Amino acid sequence: MSIQKHGTSGPGCAGSCCLKVMDLGVNFGQEEVLHDVSFHLHCGEIVALIGPNGAGKSSLFRTILGQIPHTGEIVFQRAGGDKTRPLIGYVPQSPSFDRGDPVSVFDFFSAAISNWPVFLPTPKKLRARVESCLARVHGEGLLDKRLGALSGGELQRVLLALALEPLPHILILDEPLSGVDIDGEKQLLDMLDEIRTRYDLSILLSTHDFATLDQYADKVILLKSQVLKVGPPHEVLSSPEFQTVFHLDLGKGGIF
Amino acid sequence: MELWYSLVELLPFEWAAPGTMYFMKNALLAVLVISPLFGILSTMVVTNRMSFFSDALGHSAFTGIAIGTLCGVADPMWAAILLAAAFALLFTYVQRRSNMASDTVIGVFSSTAVALGIFIATFDSGSFTKFNSLLIGDILSVEPAKIGLLAVILLVVILLWLCSFNGLMLSSVHPALADSRGVQVFWQEAIFSMAIAVVVTVSMTWVGLMVINSLLVLPAAAARNLARNMRQFHLISMVAAVAASVAGLMTSYQLGASAGASITLYLAVWFAITFLLRKTRL
Repeated sequence: MSIQKHGTSGPGCAGSCCLKVMDLGVNFGQEEVLHDVSFHLHCGEIVALIGPNGAGKSSLFRTILGQIPHTGEIVFQRAGGDKTRPLIGYVPQSPSFDRGDPVSVFDFFSAAISNWPVFLPTPKKLRARVESCLARVHGEGLLDKRLGALSGGELQRVLLALALEPLPHILILDEPLSGVDIDGEKQLLDMLDEIRTRYDLSILLSTHDFATLDQYADKVILLKSQVLKVGPPHEVLSSPEFQTVFHLDLGKGGIF
Repeated sequence: MELWYSLVELLPFEWAAPGTMYFMKNALLAVLVISPLFGILSTMVVTNRMSFFSDALGHSAFTGIAIGTLCGVADPMWAAILLAAAFALLFTYVQRRSNMASDTVIGVFSSTAVALGIFIATFDSGSFTKFNSLLIGDILSVEPAKIGLLAVILLVVILLWLCSFNGLMLSSVHPALADSRGVQVFWQEAIFSMAIAVVVTVSMTWVGLMVINSLLVLPAAAARNLARNMRQFHLISMVAAVAASVAGLMTSYQLGASAGASITLYLAVWFAITFLLRKTRL
């Protein structure tokens, strides 16, 4: 079901890994979900994708992941001019797990990163490997907890650790801050900041939390079926496009 | 088989006496093969929320046997296996392609299969009674050759589990994530459904259509109350399935009741116990 169309790379982005999306369009049947989407993601950048629900944020992510057929071009370029498909780490929108399922963090993690059947007794090496992966997000203590017993912030950390193994070139996070409290949010964002500098990777995330954008994001993309505005956080947040799109939200909640 | 018979003869039961009651010895071996099979599959049926689906598969297996009988195939079981596998594949496809809730899709398929089965079975004023044995099942009628077939299926399922359980579990926990990590979600689900289809069809004759689903649901449903990870989950589910099957067979011998029903009742009691034992887990 994955359809990937990678065209030739144009000028720009030379010398550093980047993701370039050009005139991207996605249709679900008759319905046009995305059109004329173009933007760049540079190495070491944190780019935040904002837009109302149903604006196509998740669809854009899944298109970049190669799970949805599209028109237009998605071009990857790695350092040294290597144009092969880079590794993309994906942190999906907080999934809801059945709270009773006997799937522990270790089960989930090892099922994703190794071929060792998780219902057999665990080799020590695998356990150590999962533990070191979780250590990247300061989550060693979560190893034997069940997925259903994790808090929102803990779950995001586990999913983030999973996306970092194997270490990707581009990290995509779909609303990582939903269901996470204020403390967890700060912790998670600091962690992302640490990750991008330590591992030199680009981060693309979607969010509804505009308050933290100025502090963490290098670039903000306002999306609603198409790219309405791209730029530094303060520029996008004070733009007329932003006012128009989120007008109603501001009127009702006023939290943003 | 000789080895098995001489082993069983060591047991201190009246039916274990040398040279007698071969049907009982066959039946014991058969449940020892069938029950781990159900114990294993059960874990995924429960995790994947497919208990209603496996029930529908049983119905399609019945339809297959009805069609097989109509066409005069020597052993209608093969027709049933084919039909059940096709049914499983079609179901997985339709479910993926539509945005209906899975229980609705299952309801559609299940009722169609049953209607078709009854239509064919009673076609040309046919009598339904010849299918009665399928509904209740008779483990005592199992033949050594069929036990061999069951053993082969058990081996295949274990192999399948070794190769693809991880992907299957990921697909069930989070399909998009599984896909982003290179798991073929559709095929994982399709192969798993077909495995259930084959197992249900083959064992239906002995376990009985009416209770077969309980064997696919109860072992893991009970294990789920106690287990904290996948290893405990599989272990508890399999041990419970085997223990209840042996106990059920013995009870059915003593009291003359249906073996399938006795096994199910033991599992139900076990479920009740685990339900009371379950910790309020955090």
